[in-house]
Amino acid sequence: MVTLPGVDPSWPAYRDVPSTAAVDPAGTTNSWHYLDNGSQLLEPPRGTLLCVHGNPTWSYLWRSVLAAGVEHGWRVIAVDQLNMGLSERTGRFRRLADRVDDLNDFVESIGLTGPVITVGHDWGGVVSLGFANRRRDLLSGVVLTNTAIHQDPDRQIPAPLRLALHPMVHRWGTRDTSAFLDVTHSLARPSLPKEVRKAFLLPYRGGARRQGIADFVADIPARPSHPSYPTLRSIAEGIRTLEVPALMLWGPEDPIFSDTYLNDLAERLPQADIHRFEGASHLVGEDRDIATPLFRWLNGARSAGAASPEAVSPEAAPPEAVSPEAASPEAASPEAAFPEAAFPDQEPAQAGTFTPLEHELIQRANGPHTDQLAVADMGADGQIERSLSWQGLEREVQTLAAALRQIGVRRGSRISLMVPPGVELTVLLYACLRIGAVIIVADAGLGRKGLSKAVRGTVPDFLIGIDLALTAAKLFNWPGRRISVATLPAAKRKLLGVQHSLAELRAASGDGTSTETDDAGLDPDGLDPDADAAILFTSGSTGPAKGVVYTHRRLAAMRDTLAQTFNIRPGDGLVAGFAPFALLGPALGTTSITPDMDVTKPKTLSAAALADAVAAIHATTVFASPAALRNILATQPELTDQHRAALAGVSLLLSAGAPVPSRLLTELLGILPGASLHTPYGMTEALPVTDVDLGLILSAEADAAAGNVVGAGNGVCVGRANSGAEITVRPLNQEGTADGDPTTDAGITGEILVHAPHVKERYHRLWMTQRESSRSGGWHRTGDVGHFDGDGRLWVEGRLPHIVTASTGVVTPVGVEQALESVDVVGLAAVVGVGPAGTQAVVAVVETIPPVKKPGLAGAELAAQARNAARSVGVELSAVLAVPSLPTDIRHNAKIDRTAVAVWAAGVLAGGRVGKL
Amino acid sequence: MRVLVTGASGMLGRVTAALLQAQGHAVRTFQRRPSGLAGVEDSLGSITDQTAIHRAVQGMDAVVHLAAKVSFAGAAADFEAINVEGTRVLLEESRAAGVRDFVFISSPSVAHVGEALVGQGATEATPALVRGNYAQTKAKAELLALDANSESFRVAAVRPHIVWGPGDTQLVERVLERARAGRLPFLDAGTALVDTTYVDNAAAAIGAALSGMDRLAGQAVVVTNGEPRPIGELIAGICRAGGVQPPRWAVPGGVARVAGSLVEFLWQRGGIESEPPMTRFLAEQLSTAHWFDQRRTRELLDWTPAVSVDEGLARLAQHYQGNQASFS
Repeated sequence: MVTLPGVDPSWPAYRDVPSTAAVDPAGTTNSWHYLDNGSQLLEPPRGTLLCVHGNPTWSYLWRSVLAAGVEHGWRVIAVDQLNMGLSERTGRFRRLADRVDDLNDFVESIGLTGPVITVGHDWGGVVSLGFANRRRDLLSGVVLTNTAIHQDPDRQIPAPLRLALHPMVHRWGTRDTSAFLDVTHSLARPSLPKEVRKAFLLPYRGGARRQGIADFVADIPARPSHPSYPTLRSIAEGIRTLEVPALMLWGPEDPIFSDTYLNDLAERLPQADIHRFEGASHLVGEDRDIATPLFRWLNGARSAGAASPEAVSPEAAPPEAVSPEAASPEAASPEAAFPEAAFPDQEPAQAGTFTPLEHELIQRANGPHTDQLAVADMGADGQIERSLSWQGLEREVQTLAAALRQIGVRRGSRISLMVPPGVELTVLLYACLRIGAVIIVADAGLGRKGLSKAVRGTVPDFLIGIDLALTAAKLFNWPGRRISVATLPAAKRKLLGVQHSLAELRAASGDGTSTETDDAGLDPDGLDPDADAAILFTSGSTGPAKGVVYTHRRLAAMRDTLAQTFNIRPGDGLVAGFAPFALLGPALGTTSITPDMDVTKPKTLSAAALADAVAAIHATTVFASPAALRNILATQPELTDQHRAALAGVSLLLSAGAPVPSRLLTELLGILPGASLHTPYGMTEALPVTDVDLGLILSAEADAAAGNVVGAGNGVCVGRANSGAEITVRPLNQEGTADGDPTTDAGITGEILVHAPHVKERYHRLWMTQRESSRSGGWHRTGDVGHFDGDGRLWVEGRLPHIVTASTGVVTPVGVEQALESVDVVGLAAVVGVGPAGTQAVVAVVETIPPVKKPGLAGAELAAQARNAARSVGVELSAVLAVPSLPTDIRHNAKIDRTAVAVWAAGVLAGGRVGKL
Repeated sequence: MRVLVTGASGMLGRVTAALLQAQGHAVRTFQRRPSGLAGVEDSLGSITDQTAIHRAVQGMDAVVHLAAKVSFAGAAADFEAINVEGTRVLLEESRAAGVRDFVFISSPSVAHVGEALVGQGATEATPALVRGNYAQTKAKAELLALDANSESFRVAAVRPHIVWGPGDTQLVERVLERARAGRLPFLDAGTALVDTTYVDNAAAAIGAALSGMDRLAGQAVVVTNGEPRPIGELIAGICRAGGVQPPRWAVPGGVARVAGSLVEFLWQRGGIESEPPMTRFLAEQLSTAHWFDQRRTRELLDWTPAVSVDEGLARLAQHYQGNQASFS
């Protein structure tokens, strides 16, 4: 056969296989083509990967897995299904049941004994699962890439398949022309190289060669009456009892096998490790390197528990098939270079007592404070608009929990809450927690595209939202049964596909206490503390937003950290102007009030609105986002004497999410004279991990200026680890990789690692990312870079992907940016590297005051000032560019997207067009 | 050590000869006109004259070969005779005369094929790919030179990139002249990042090469200040140093390249002797990034540049102020 790109000449093989498929007359033998890397293996394989392609591809699809298999000592066999690829055209229409028989015949014929890991794509995923379900004696794992095993009979199959099946189109599109092939190949992101596309087309030249493609499409069991439906159904149900480890590698942009199908598979194989490659599509193995994660997973990195040795039965795994290395495969992998022992000892997160998040809510509802205010929303008139006592809150939570259960919300159901912070959201949140449903909190701060990706990726079962959210759900076809907050007019309700409204649910459920029959579901003591409770999202300022999963235990730990670090006591009054913490009000036992503001735009919180909220409940604690602080200062002229008097009673201000300059905090003291101003450091994955207040920041900055404390300076001082958290840094090497031994020594720059009971449980369906983030002995790798000073204070220097590797060494951006921002005309600065790692040119891109109209070189005077400023912190700038504005994240409007700046600057400084940044 | 420096009438040759002499070497220079350097021996002659070359290399321990036809215009045969043939004869005569070390001064353009160079290392010279008579003949000569490297006759190539300083006629004078005449546009927005070499640094690197032949023999290194700067900023800096108003307008690089090659063609056809206003080569040099990875260079040479770009510009300004003062 012709040589194909990526295929070793030793792989292709042909074999005559006696058939037992019902479609073949007795005594039939079919000729199979397959790729087999076995002859390249120097030692007995650790096992065999049996790869099954879908429609309309062929074994060529798996070439990267075959090549990697040789490296890792695994035999990889990729078959061409009969009537497909270079295998025989049998002239008979092979249905799903035949295809499962076929695969089994093939395996019998080559005498495969196991352990076998099935690997499938598209309809090959179904066939491979059929085989896996039947041959449990050989099976030791299943790997799936964009496929589906179940079609909800109430829902239509994806539109492109409906089209391919349409009688007017089917024969023409799949057999007579190469349309189905062309469309499939065009799904690749990025597009397939010409020679690869040619290779995929190779076995399908001419209508006669394409009959198998047409038959495969015709065999899609779109409805229960289809002949293959029972087979599909029995496989789909059968795999529920498969106990072997499973891995799912997915391209979420697939127009056919969407996240809905992934979700279905995840429910059937709950042990599965899942990684979604953001931006990848149907041909995920072409779009991304799937071989590396696949073998990393096989080499022992599977989730704890799932990789139990019992999964491989003794007779299926002859001792000689599993080499001694297989028992401790980490020894050979690069991860082994990071000895776990080098990390400080840590308690497992599961240790310790667990107090449910709603403990304080229930205590207060049933105690002497039951009639006191629990939650309230401020109106535009400066008065409380809506409120609930502790008793009222508890009753509402109970009622709504019962109502949600009645419409099918269960433990583990995922509920997307698209409701602005306030009383309504608080009730919903605690009702969901009580049921054990998983709350998905995706906010408008992700941007329209980011939000849509977040919702699709989490595949909510229910979506509860305000009108705007429901409109978006309709527009972007988000999954989940839709529940409106408001009661909508019938026409709108129909248009938006809304099935319930909260009012209707509440009415149907009555008071909730009498109709409840299944007490176990509503008993917080019955909750599994280590079950998923919530999925939050990172801001996406460094790559696509990631879903971050918290268990009940970890959320409770977040509450405890807040209470202990900031000495927040039950009964305190709290202004909740910052979403993530605001939701913890009832858990903390505080009276929480939401100020009048557009909560999706934190910077709309005005000084007067804050003061009104403080006055309404005599609040002593204020949570506000960093962006809100600027607006509070800007609007302070509107404050009355009464306002000022109320604000004087505030003793604690907490602002987290982005750094707040000490200058701004000092100004805030003019409004909040009695408050201690805290700007702790944290991230969506760990909130918060340090504590720092204005006093500490000022003394740290003084030390930096005086130069009398080792390591003081070069970054933003974020204080010391808070209650329950431990912090260490892992030093960077010359290439900017954090691979040193963890240290807290002063002045050593490295990646910041955090260990705390309130660190995230894991990332949502990002198996590789999770593994990377936690591979340092279970510590959370923050992706931030920083160092300690001689006084034990942590200084953050920037993001790991943003560090610059100049020939003189690693340059972290924040310190240089601060120096640049000390230049009068510089408003905001970004420091990035262009050129090859290790010899990058350091470039400053600045926003000036007033801003320039067009991006370009900074003027001579500014360039000289900027160079001098950078030189004062030991950095030589190659270029200084001025832009009208720097790109920042939507959520905080503060984190500069330095990656985008670097890409832009690299183009400009290579002599390209000076386009918009 | 007794060192022959060819081409000491040029800026870099002169500074190199003076530096080597100051370092305690016995320096002889070889070019058509007297070098004007005190304390060095001038051996006058043309690089196309084998007899003169033969005479010049006698008794030398080392040769630093700078003599070349550096121009954007001129007949191809002249480039060939001076740059390729001259180098071949010099190599031959040097080896025959028992010279031990030979440093060939080359240019990064020998390996440059027109695209942006970003943090580039020194790759092999490719005469077939590079554009323009100068780059092609220098590439051929560098291959000849490195090919001649052996145990007993060690050869290395040093490629300084855009050497400038007081007395520079290649970049500085050309920029100033055109800026004075109002004919110097920035190419594009002048943002292309370009490495340059202050003349004293280039000379010091050549000196370091001579003493580092143990490590360097058989190899080529690119030498720069290691301070890439946007070309617009550099040209503006040179203008200011020369007391001229920097240009304010921009010509897109693509347009400039086309104009440059047209001018180059007309110049060559017409046999016009003076330098054309802008050649395609120069346009490329000024509108795409040209900067280099200096890590290997600095390690092999055990050298770092002593004069920064800013310091160089200050010295340039001093030079022009001094000249103006002497004229008035």
